[in-house]
Amino acid sequence: MLNETYSIVLAIFAASAAGLVGAFALMKKTVLAGDVMSHVAIPGIGLAFIWQTNPLIGGALTLFLGAFVISRLEHRTTLSSEAAIGVIFAASVALGALLINSEEELIDALFGGFGKLSRGEFIFGIVSSILIVAALWVLRNKLIISLFSKDLAASIGINVRVLNFLFLLLFSLAILLGLRFLGALLAGALIIVPASAARQLSHSLGLFLALSMFLSILSIVLGFVISSAYGLDLGPTIVVVASAIFAFSLLKKKN
Amino acid sequence: MLKVTNLSVSLDGEAIFENINFEIKKGENLAIIGPNGSGKTVLLKTLLGFFPYEGEIKWAENARIGYVPQKIEADRHLPIDLENLINAKAAVLGLEKSGVKTVIESAKITEKILKTPIGHLSGGQFQRALIAFALLGRPTIMLLDEPTASIDQLGEEQIYELINELQEKYGITIILVSHDLSVVYRYATKVLCLNKTGICFGPPESALTPEVFKKLYGEKHKYVHHHESHA
Repeated sequence: MLNETYSIVLAIFAASAAGLVGAFALMKKTVLAGDVMSHVAIPGIGLAFIWQTNPLIGGALTLFLGAFVISRLEHRTTLSSEAAIGVIFAASVALGALLINSEEELIDALFGGFGKLSRGEFIFGIVSSILIVAALWVLRNKLIISLFSKDLAASIGINVRVLNFLFLLLFSLAILLGLRFLGALLAGALIIVPASAARQLSHSLGLFLALSMFLSILSIVLGFVISSAYGLDLGPTIVVVASAIFAFSLLKKKN
Repeated sequence: MLKVTNLSVSLDGEAIFENINFEIKKGENLAIIGPNGSGKTVLLKTLLGFFPYEGEIKWAENARIGYVPQKIEADRHLPIDLENLINAKAAVLGLEKSGVKTVIESAKITEKILKTPIGHLSGGQFQRALIAFALLGRPTIMLLDEPTASIDQLGEEQIYELINELQEKYGITIILVSHDLSVVYRYATKVLCLNKTGICFGPPESALTPEVFKKLYGEKHKYVHHHESHA
């Protein structure tokens, strides 16, 4: 088991990945779907408790399954994908609550915790964070064009469907990284809230992306400091800090 | 440059159009006209490879396609400007910086347009931005879907003049979907009339007969040569 310093280092890496994913998610307007994604982890965490394995492994299982299902639904025209996503959300929370028996475990699943950080988890977290940032850097040009127009993207040979699926996978991975600190209810918040604040404060794309990462890291670091100073739960503290930053960002009037 | 034979497209079981035939040679300007819902946009997108089809679409070997879609509802909150888009496309296609600069100049894009968030551009500026985006990669043929649908008359003139200028300067072949018959008579070397199937094809002066208009737009349509807009 590793000490608190490792936790903070991992949290900073995870926050930068979440901030960057959040910036693109905000531009793609997949914010709502993103929020639902984190809930999909709950039944997986429940299964992991039953199998007595690492809850994050169970969370990963249902998250990636969820990414696959949502991406399929997005391409069906007969059923409103938003409605379908809503059903998946409700079913996930309900199924998770049935699978998780102890109240303490349920709180962990919803708000984060999961005991001490293991070496394997730390390495996985750092590698995944770097992978997310690197992948978004590589995909950024294609994402930018498809954000503007899917038709234009397709006309220059970009496979928009594959691109969207890759993005959803990266999004799921970012959620997974946030699960330890924030739990399934709040993991989406670290992706969405700092990006929303950054959007208020920036005009150009470069600044927006950088600021989104920075505010996400700031939320996590301040969250750690405040929660340990006042003996508060880490996950909710981080989200309250991020939300406060967002509230301040609203004060700034854009030209 | 492009030869289309017996082209039919059905989407979700509904026939959009059937048995379209036309051919366009290098440097020509083909206008596609027809009432709303006649399949003009679907035809362009089929040429681009977006939809499955029956029949044959044969491009020249060296054809590079530039596409200007119908008015895009750009999100006003998107923090992306034309410079971001142009750089992104240049990176995806692996183009050199010098080529990018030439395109910006030939589409008459000012520094201000480059740096304005795309959702904040005026109608005319926006269309010019789309044309600049399409010009990257030196297309040999441009597909334009009602490039002036949402701009005022002055802006419209400027867009058509720009397209004409580019065609003369670079010898680009043009396929243009238009509602505006005066534009068809002025710039098009050939016209394709579309209403679920090909109603006419040929030079505008000989192809656009009163009978064709009747078939295209119904009995009520008044045939007016020149200067008719939004038929």
